[in-house]
Amino acid sequence: MVNGLCGLIVAASNYRLYVHGRESPVSRGLRARLSLRPTGRPSTNTTLTDTCTSLTVHGLHGRLAGPFNLAVESGECVALSGPSGVGKSLLLRMIADLEPARGRVELDGTDRDRMPAPVFRRQVTYVAADAGWWADIVAEHMAYPDRARALLPQLGLADALFEALVRAISQEPRFLLLDEPTSALDPEATARVEVLLARLREQGTGLLVVTHDAAQAARIATRRLRMTPGGLEDETP
Amino acid sequence: MSPISLTPLELAMASVLVLASAALSMRLALGIQRPLLVAAARMVVQLILVGLFLRQVFALTSPWVTGAVVALMIAAACHEVGSRQERRFQGAWRYGVGGVPVGIATLGIALLALATALRPDPWYDPRHAIPLAGIVLGTAMNSASLALNGVFTSVSRERAAIEARLALGADRYTAFQGIIRGAVRAGVLPVMNQMAAAGVITMPGIMTGQILAGMDPIESAKYQILLMFLLAGGGFAASAGSVYLAVWRLTDARDRLRLERLVSRPRG
Repeated sequence: MVNGLCGLIVAASNYRLYVHGRESPVSRGLRARLSLRPTGRPSTNTTLTDTCTSLTVHGLHGRLAGPFNLAVESGECVALSGPSGVGKSLLLRMIADLEPARGRVELDGTDRDRMPAPVFRRQVTYVAADAGWWADIVAEHMAYPDRARALLPQLGLADALFEALVRAISQEPRFLLLDEPTSALDPEATARVEVLLARLREQGTGLLVVTHDAAQAARIATRRLRMTPGGLEDETP
Repeated sequence: MSPISLTPLELAMASVLVLASAALSMRLALGIQRPLLVAAARMVVQLILVGLFLRQVFALTSPWVTGAVVALMIAAACHEVGSRQERRFQGAWRYGVGGVPVGIATLGIALLALATALRPDPWYDPRHAIPLAGIVLGTAMNSASLALNGVFTSVSRERAAIEARLALGADRYTAFQGIIRGAVRAGVLPVMNQMAAAGVITMPGIMTGQILAGMDPIESAKYQILLMFLLAGGGFAASAGSVYLAVWRLTDARDRLRLERLVSRPRG
């Protein structure tokens, strides 16, 4: 518990160092509670869409595939498709720094290697297709249970299938890397998730979504990419 | 206190029990008479050799010989911990992950006891140093084996959960929290059971031996208490040390899970 809180404070204080011009409610709330003074520029009433941030990938390649070049801006939703087994999940994992890879990944022009990996992943969060559970109770997986509870009614159901998505979104990352977020859902639930993704996008979150469903890509994406072992091709209609 | 000396005749009488067991096994066609006799014979030869060996080492009272014996014991324990794992690291890490914490815990605890509680003269007196190192080493080795087994078996099973926590921005030790807790507990459990049961359910071996050899029960109880404290410390240090070292090796500096560093023991 104490350990977790300390980690959170460290993450939050590091977070401010890397977020240019925008302070997340997470660190704002924590700062208020810990009465820390702000270190950045004076706070103005910036909304989330005021500042544009970018996630750029240069020449990223693993052992078998690549190089991949890619840029996602905040407020954008990029759909990623490609044949099964081409390594779409692997690419998302490489971007999130969960898999060793060569190449460069930058957040607002800052190389991810210049920040601790947990700090980077708090801002660029990968959500796997198969959710991992480490506690018996759903709420114990949430860093911010209140915010998670507020999100669940938006999804209509307190279904465990949403839970992996909710625990990531409630941490308010700036970029979400979603690996087939609706593959296990029925059409109605899929629609709810898509509404949520659209709202996140309006609030300035950048989305990179792996999907097999061309119709879904057409509904949610502002840009569409197709993945081959050699790289990425733009296939926005 | 005068130790009761056993004569070969008395030992031979006790050995009738083993011979009778073997005869009964043959009569009932249980098939364990052969391994039983072999094990008994091995035990006799091993213990007599160790007795002769220790008599020589005790007579020498050399810090170098004592150190060499302890080093040999620790090396054997390293090998045991490394070879007993179903899944294990490649290369030197296979022995190092358990052996280094076991060695450090054993030396640290044994030196501490020699310097504070026992204070033999000279401090490296093999009569104290070698049995002390041996008993701490046995517990530390057992604890490290169990703890490492806990880490290695649960890490592949809980891969998705660990990676989910890492993806959400947890550092490696937070992501492994549940596994670390379970594994350290598994390693320390035998020592805790031993302490809880001491004197009520089981009579601890050291105390039994000392009472049989004619020592005052309170004096032998005090010895046993000291040893249990040393064993608890050694077991915990070896468990926690090897678990954290294993987690450190199973991840990298960028807080990634590196399961490929773990290999399964080849079958057959």
